[in-house]
Amino acid sequence: MVTNMSDVLEKIAPPKASAISAPRRRISLVWILPVLAALIGLSMVVHAWLSAGPEITIDFQTAEGLEVEKTPVKYKDVTVGVVSAIALSYDGSHVTATVSLDKHAANLARADTRFWVVRPRIGLQGVSGIDTLLSGAYIGVDKGTSATPSRNFRGLEAPPTVVNGTPGKSFVLHADDLGSLDIGSPIYYRHIRVGRVASYRLDSDGHDVTLEIFIDAPYDHFVAAKTRFWHASGVDISLGADGLKLDTQSLTTVLAGGIAFGNAEEGGAPAPAKTAFELAKDQRTAMAPSDGDSQYLLLRFEDSLRGLAVGAPVEFAGLNIGRVVSLDLDYDAPARRFPTLVGVVIYPSRLGGVLARLPKYSGNSEQQAAAFLANLVQHGLRAQARSGNLLTGQLYVSFEFVSHAPNVALDPAARPISIPTVPGSFDHMQEQIATIVSKVEKMPLDAIGQHLDASLVDLDKSLKQVNGEVLPATTRSLQQAGLTFQTVQGALSDNAPLQQNLQQTMLQVQRTAQSVRTLTDMLGRHPDALLKGLPSDARLTEPTPSSTVSKEYAQ
Amino acid sequence: MTVQLRASTLGMVGCHLCGLVCEVPPDAAHASSCPRCGAALHARRPNSLARAWACLLAAVIFYVPANILPVMHTNMLGRGSDSTISTGIVEFWKAGSYGIALVIFIASVAVPCAKFLALGLLLVTGKRRTPWARRERALLYRLVELVGYWSMLDVLVVAIVAGIVKFKALADVEPCIGILFFGGVVILTMLAAMQFDPRITWDGNEHE
Repeated sequence: MVTNMSDVLEKIAPPKASAISAPRRRISLVWILPVLAALIGLSMVVHAWLSAGPEITIDFQTAEGLEVEKTPVKYKDVTVGVVSAIALSYDGSHVTATVSLDKHAANLARADTRFWVVRPRIGLQGVSGIDTLLSGAYIGVDKGTSATPSRNFRGLEAPPTVVNGTPGKSFVLHADDLGSLDIGSPIYYRHIRVGRVASYRLDSDGHDVTLEIFIDAPYDHFVAAKTRFWHASGVDISLGADGLKLDTQSLTTVLAGGIAFGNAEEGGAPAPAKTAFELAKDQRTAMAPSDGDSQYLLLRFEDSLRGLAVGAPVEFAGLNIGRVVSLDLDYDAPARRFPTLVGVVIYPSRLGGVLARLPKYSGNSEQQAAAFLANLVQHGLRAQARSGNLLTGQLYVSFEFVSHAPNVALDPAARPISIPTVPGSFDHMQEQIATIVSKVEKMPLDAIGQHLDASLVDLDKSLKQVNGEVLPATTRSLQQAGLTFQTVQGALSDNAPLQQNLQQTMLQVQRTAQSVRTLTDMLGRHPDALLKGLPSDARLTEPTPSSTVSKEYAQ
Repeated sequence: MTVQLRASTLGMVGCHLCGLVCEVPPDAAHASSCPRCGAALHARRPNSLARAWACLLAAVIFYVPANILPVMHTNMLGRGSDSTISTGIVEFWKAGSYGIALVIFIASVAVPCAKFLALGLLLVTGKRRTPWARRERALLYRLVELVGYWSMLDVLVVAIVAGIVKFKALADVEPCIGILFFGGVVILTMLAAMQFDPRITWDGNEHE
């Protein structure tokens, strides 16, 4: 206090020769500066120490795009760490990137957290990571749900399709084959893109493909227990009675494939996550009612079945009731023939309502079928390979009732059930065509041809003659004829002498005729005049009818 | 050799502010005021060595984070990178720009370090009042003062580049915390040089 007061007094007071000695305490104040600097520096160190999170290692196949101290690790586009070191593994099979996570992101390092390198990717489904073209790759993180922390991870080679925490549901699809589907292929519901394929794998037996799909909320509740899934890849063109119909989901599916789903029946409770569905090959198959039980039948065709393929339809009364499942060659030793054994599968439920009206037999379904079929075979049921397409020669199997068929008994106990066959309609036609062809072959085509050739040579000669000799003569005749006609025309014209002479002659004839009439009249009245001469009172002319006649002649 | 007369032996003190030479009784030399301008009279700057030491020490402490922490954040085509002074020098050197690397090295490593050493030397020898190489030490002090003006080269470079390079996503440069520490280093060394009273060099015995 006292010292401060003295300071103030010293400044106010006029200069004096003597002053109170300055306090020594001020010296220490200056040292606040380095202490302050040290504190700031220390605080930086402490801050860095505190903000440093755990170090984790991630194994990648390649370190492409990764740079030490530069490549960031991002979770939801927030930088949560940086690659601090990249090293090759001991055996050189992969690279190990050491990542320093930030303190606040320490809880990202869970056992099931996934890491992957975000690089620009260009595919049919679109372009992703385009920002990394300029900024360089970064490591993406998908936070796991596991409670156990982890320090060592195996990085994904491709970004995960479904990020944890995305609202929606996963489902499982079983398919015969993958088609053109791939991870990320879109899934459509009423042509709206509602999800994507998350993963696929071949089943261990190699027969089926199991796909995991993810449907985003809120569309996931449209997936009910009775939902049908089908391949929406490519273009579906159908030519029906109503014209050409082209059906496709979107241009993307045409190129890259996709899946669509629909509900055969409206309503139904949403299916729980991970429900398994079948993936049909197209919408019609998917939406078709379930086929139910199948029945295997064996058909034995004597003739060759070129054009019949596995999968070809089996029809009964114009209804598709099954398909061909196998084609095998058999050897008939006594006949030295190779008949074809065709295995078909039929679905009795495809017959529909009529199934209920069919007679019932005892036994299990196969025995029932055998008994029923034996009955039908007795009444002429035969299998026939028919031509479905004359252009391509595709065959299908048809069950028909054939009248006058040779009587064959079907043993109901034999397994597999074998239906007798008759040669196909196409075979008949082929035979007929063959007969025609053989007849045609028998015709002496060569001789006919030679004769025809000789005749043609003669004809050629005749034509030459006609050209060289006949034609000039004809021309000359025609010219003369023209001249003749001209002369005739001159002779026949009105003022021609012939015409006038004719007229005069006719007049003369007329007169002569008049004279003859007058003579005959007079002779009629006076027949004696020939002998006695003309009486004095006799008149030469009669006034009536004869005068009119004379007039007519005059005209 | 002629013996040089000193103000202290005559009991005279020059005012720092107006330059008036006052007569001060030897016992009251610490705290008297200039009769003309009223400023406090000191034979030497009070606590000159201690203050200079404090500033120098703070500067040395600041020099550590200035080198460790990034001074500049460059964002080029979406690709961001922090660069510290040392990485900058190395990168320029590797890229073949030896001239620029050299300039940065001199301005941000050689000069500050030289200043620390020079000031330390001046302070140590001043404290000891040794007559060793007084003229050279005076020259050194003038050099330190002279260089002081140019020590802000790094700070200026960062400030100008950060001001000019603003092309949004294409290229962006932002100053980082390190440059603040570097500026602190420069300012503190300049303060240390200012606090140091060069007359101290000449105090003490003429000859050992």
